[in-house]
Amino acid sequence: MATLHELTRQGALHVSDVKRHKGLRAHVLLLPAYLWLGLFFLFPLLIVVYYSFTERTPLGDSIPVFTLEHYARLWDPLYARILWRSLWLAVATTLITILLAYPFAYALARTPKRWKNLLLLLSVIPFWTNFLIRTYAWMVILRSNGLLNTALMSLGVIEYPLSLLYTPGAVLLGLVYGFLPFMILPIYVAIERLEPSLLEASADLGAKPWQTFLRVTLPLTAPGIAAGVLLVFVPALGMFVIPDLMGGAKVSLIGNLIQNQFLGARNWQFGSAASVVLMALVIVGLRLYKRFFKMEGVF
Amino acid sequence: MKKLVWLVLAGLLLAFVPAGAQQVLNIYNWAEYIPDDVIRDFQREYGIRVIYNVYSNNEELHARLRAGATGYDLIFPSDYIVPVLVEEGLLQEIPHEAIPNLAYVDEQFLDPPFDPGNRYTVPYLWGTTGIGVNTRFVKEEIDSWEALWDPKYRGRIAMLNDPREVFAVALKLLGYSANTRDLEALQEARDLLIEQKPLVLTYDSDNTNHLLAAGEVWLAHGYSGDVLMAADVNPDIVYVVPKEGGIMWMDVMAIPKGARNVDAALKFIDFILRPDVSARLTQVIHYPNPNRGAHEYLDPEVLSDPAIYPPQDVMERMEWIEDLGELAPVVDRLWTEVKVE
Repeated sequence: MATLHELTRQGALHVSDVKRHKGLRAHVLLLPAYLWLGLFFLFPLLIVVYYSFTERTPLGDSIPVFTLEHYARLWDPLYARILWRSLWLAVATTLITILLAYPFAYALARTPKRWKNLLLLLSVIPFWTNFLIRTYAWMVILRSNGLLNTALMSLGVIEYPLSLLYTPGAVLLGLVYGFLPFMILPIYVAIERLEPSLLEASADLGAKPWQTFLRVTLPLTAPGIAAGVLLVFVPALGMFVIPDLMGGAKVSLIGNLIQNQFLGARNWQFGSAASVVLMALVIVGLRLYKRFFKMEGVF
Repeated sequence: MKKLVWLVLAGLLLAFVPAGAQQVLNIYNWAEYIPDDVIRDFQREYGIRVIYNVYSNNEELHARLRAGATGYDLIFPSDYIVPVLVEEGLLQEIPHEAIPNLAYVDEQFLDPPFDPGNRYTVPYLWGTTGIGVNTRFVKEEIDSWEALWDPKYRGRIAMLNDPREVFAVALKLLGYSANTRDLEALQEARDLLIEQKPLVLTYDSDNTNHLLAAGEVWLAHGYSGDVLMAADVNPDIVYVVPKEGGIMWMDVMAIPKGARNVDAALKFIDFILRPDVSARLTQVIHYPNPNRGAHEYLDPEVLSDPAIYPPQDVMERMEWIEDLGELAPVVDRLWTEVKVE
């Protein structure tokens, strides 16, 4: 237990460390990783790309005839609206998690070691329970005769139950709750690494605390935020469980669209095309993001 | 240390040795879809051990089989997915002479459009899709799909999260067939569903019984058995098949290609079709069964319960869901339009 935060610290692997030893040995050592990625990442990805360009039989099979019809079908304001809504929700989730995670991570990093491990452990404990079960737990809390409404009504705060579950707000809450730890941990690591003497120097040179924060702390911990943004934004964009369960499946997001093509609609070809487009957009977005924040070596 | 390693190895080896010469039947089915004591009796009678695995929808079953899952001897797909499984060569033919009890099945349920001549499938149970009503909050008598458009019940309505089922409701209300291929009729149905959407609390196919039983919704579009299961917990709940008619469906028994124990699967099918066993299924899980011989074993109140066995005039307005083929992506798009509004 005592080494939990140290592990977190060491866990922050730098791609640049590998790049520096470009020798053969590094590649040999990385062979299992290459194989793993090839077999379980690249190969399935190629299958998805293949499906997206093949024709579909009425029963849902693929026949190896090249077609662009699935991509043409995506070129439709209806799907643009779904994509736009998903983007907006993912951005909102990311911003809210930053606002919540930064102060928490800061406090965590400055806590005496004795308490630090305990607090860090507490922020990781939810992972021990399946995400779906935690989502159902939120549903039990939020529904109209759920814990929260019952408590508020028995305290006399409200007369009729509030509509909390199955709303866009519930979806946002579920997303923020689910992804918060992914923002806390990288920011925590960045703040941990921050040399306290730099802050002292800043203060000695006459900077006010807020100036020190804006001009020293924030720029030096920005890579942590940047890594957190990646860990939160990308999965939030493709999430489909939360909108279905906590949003009552009333709002379709891009993740729901794709999931439904693979299951209910049995249209793997169209679902694959949507996945490929989403991936392309994410890659372009990350490129721009990287250039904008001048982040070499983070990804 | 060395001793320990040997012990572990021996343990691992033992795990791979089949327990005696006992036969095993691997069933892949919906959850809670065969009463436990029925399985127990089969095991006792035939000396075959049953392993019961579950899936939650036909698409999951289809994806599993398609991805090459083997080792299942008996599966329980629903009507509309059967042609897909047959077309993809995932099922094997069922020799009728191995199932003498097939003679008890009502002709109404034999030779279905989704499997002419029952070459690949044998009926298991069937059911209807209707409305679950919580009579504690809904004081009027519900007999029409129109209730699901009544603003009085805003925020107290649940719909299935299934495009074909939901479109069937709107189409039936408009007086069309649930399997219409008329684009204008489908568009009209879409508009009606968009109009309904503000009243709907949630679209959910998996939790109808919980939503109803907990009083979270007062009207729920759902499968008969799910609603009646809620009624077991909460006596205020009743099930109604609307006068406009609706969807009926049937789950069938089928043997996938690559089954290891076809013989045991055939024995199980024949066991299920035995009139007294079929009757036990309906008594416990509330879905009607296609077995004519079972009627004499059923409680008279079950047999006369219109929620389980709808009266003949309603039955005439019920429809099977047919695969729409080329039109499926069109319905999918209209459904997406409902979801985006």
